[in-house]
Amino acid sequence: MWSILASSNFQWVLASTMILGVAAGMVGLLAYWKKQSLMSDALAHAALPGVIIAFLLLGEKNLFILIIGAAISSLIGAFLIQWIQSATRITEDTAMGMILSIFFGLGIMLLTIVNRSAGGNQSGLDSFIFGQAASMVKSDVFTMLILTLVVILIVFLGFKEWKIYLFDPQFARGLGLSSKGMSVIYTVVLVTTIVVGIQAVGVILIAALLIIPSVSARYWTNSFFCMLLLSALFGGLSGIIGTYLSAIGKGWPTGPFIVIVAASFFVLSLVFGKEKGILVSRLEFNAQRKLLNSQTNANANTLDSKGVH
Amino acid sequence: MSKFVLEVENLSASYRKNIVLEDVNFRVKQGSLTGIVGPNGAGKSTLIQTLLQLHPSLTGKVEFFNRPFNKSKQSIGYVPQRGSVDWDFPTNALDVVVMGLYGKIGWLKLPSRAHKRLAYEVLEKMDMVKYADRQISQLSGGQKQRVFLARALVQDAEFYFMDEPLVGVDAATEKAIMEILKELKTNGKTVMVVHHDLQTVEDYFDHVLFLNKTVIEHGKTSSVFTTENISRTYGGKMKWAMEEGSHVVDTR
Repeated sequence: MWSILASSNFQWVLASTMILGVAAGMVGLLAYWKKQSLMSDALAHAALPGVIIAFLLLGEKNLFILIIGAAISSLIGAFLIQWIQSATRITEDTAMGMILSIFFGLGIMLLTIVNRSAGGNQSGLDSFIFGQAASMVKSDVFTMLILTLVVILIVFLGFKEWKIYLFDPQFARGLGLSSKGMSVIYTVVLVTTIVVGIQAVGVILIAALLIIPSVSARYWTNSFFCMLLLSALFGGLSGIIGTYLSAIGKGWPTGPFIVIVAASFFVLSLVFGKEKGILVSRLEFNAQRKLLNSQTNANANTLDSKGVH
Repeated sequence: MSKFVLEVENLSASYRKNIVLEDVNFRVKQGSLTGIVGPNGAGKSTLIQTLLQLHPSLTGKVEFFNRPFNKSKQSIGYVPQRGSVDWDFPTNALDVVVMGLYGKIGWLKLPSRAHKRLAYEVLEKMDMVKYADRQISQLSGGQKQRVFLARALVQDAEFYFMDEPLVGVDAATEKAIMEILKELKTNGKTVMVVHHDLQTVEDYFDHVLFLNKTVIEHGKTSSVFTTENISRTYGGKMKWAMEEGSHVVDTR
């Protein structure tokens, strides 16, 4: 069972989930400041029917084609969420909740049909629900590596543009930065990260890899750049450690392990983080109270000695 | 004779079903300092946003410096309302001011030391140097406003729009901001400010634009800032008395 860890294929898988974690950490930070963390969850669930339909049309499991199917279905989901809130009186969170569950329900229904059909249950499509990094072959790994590296590059090169777009989109427009263009690029990198991640992490939990690293990073820094690096670091470590742990047992799903590792980083950050972490805040509060108490006592003593009350 | 740097003809705009601006016409002279006044919901912010194409217009023509907006973008600076951004964003005061230079720095390029020095100088002018490294969430309301103003100043624009820069700031900040506005005017820049406090209009602005869905009156403060125009803009319910040089508002 440990032999899998030494195989060169597995090392590639580890590398790809690490890079996936880095990309998810970075894109998740964009989503965090766009106040759209939940959107990533909706889009991930919306990807499932696309994967199954692509498989049905193609008849085989080619990750690249499945990813394209996932991306199309995810984008349709994104479009519907936009459309519902602009054309009806339904608000964004309700629209996301609807799309998330309807698309996921459709995906599970299609998956059941595929699994009942001849040879379908060998398709390995089940791994798209909770993620199965070990089921990836070399071509899958390369597809994932290339796409995630492109995402990382886009976020990194446009660092300054992302910053102003997220902080003050109106002002960015005044400077001539197209907010429509940025919004399209944002959706593209978000959907790309989600769909390349669903085989390794699964549609249910990929959103956690987008959300958790950025909130963890918030507890350590007050600089957008440092937050980006930290979020990427937390994401990358969660990816590699989670995948490693899940490979210890045969057939263990990868997604849950990655998410639990990411969540551990979050708990550590929440308690020990230097920016408003629970422990630091508590210590600062106590120190200030002590200081004030000793001052009042000192004042009271001087007044006492003068016989004044 | 100074020339017109902004000409607006038959501008209108709406929010969903409600028309908020209708048949807006006015011209602004170079070097003027104009206060835009009007009741809540009169479309003051919408007017600025429509002029800057941040909000779609239904009809009308807008020309800055005799050119369409898209060709004069670089010479226009905008100071939005303070509440329009999330001040919890992880960045410091200097960084926000550097953002004003992003257009000049060029897309995908990083700011150089010279850009940072320039931003630093403007912060100095706003008396904000000691807060340059401070996290923006820890700035007071007045300091945030100064940072926003510094970000616009560093753009070195010819025409500035400011949306309620004096709301919720202390007296010292108000004075500092007004000094900057007067200096801009002296340097031949044109400034339009959405303003709420009718008591200070005469002291602060040489031109005033009364707005309530359309332009009620526009001109030199000395000639158009009259009780009649104020009650035409704010409606009949508002009674004005000018006693001992101060305005008393009765909002029954």
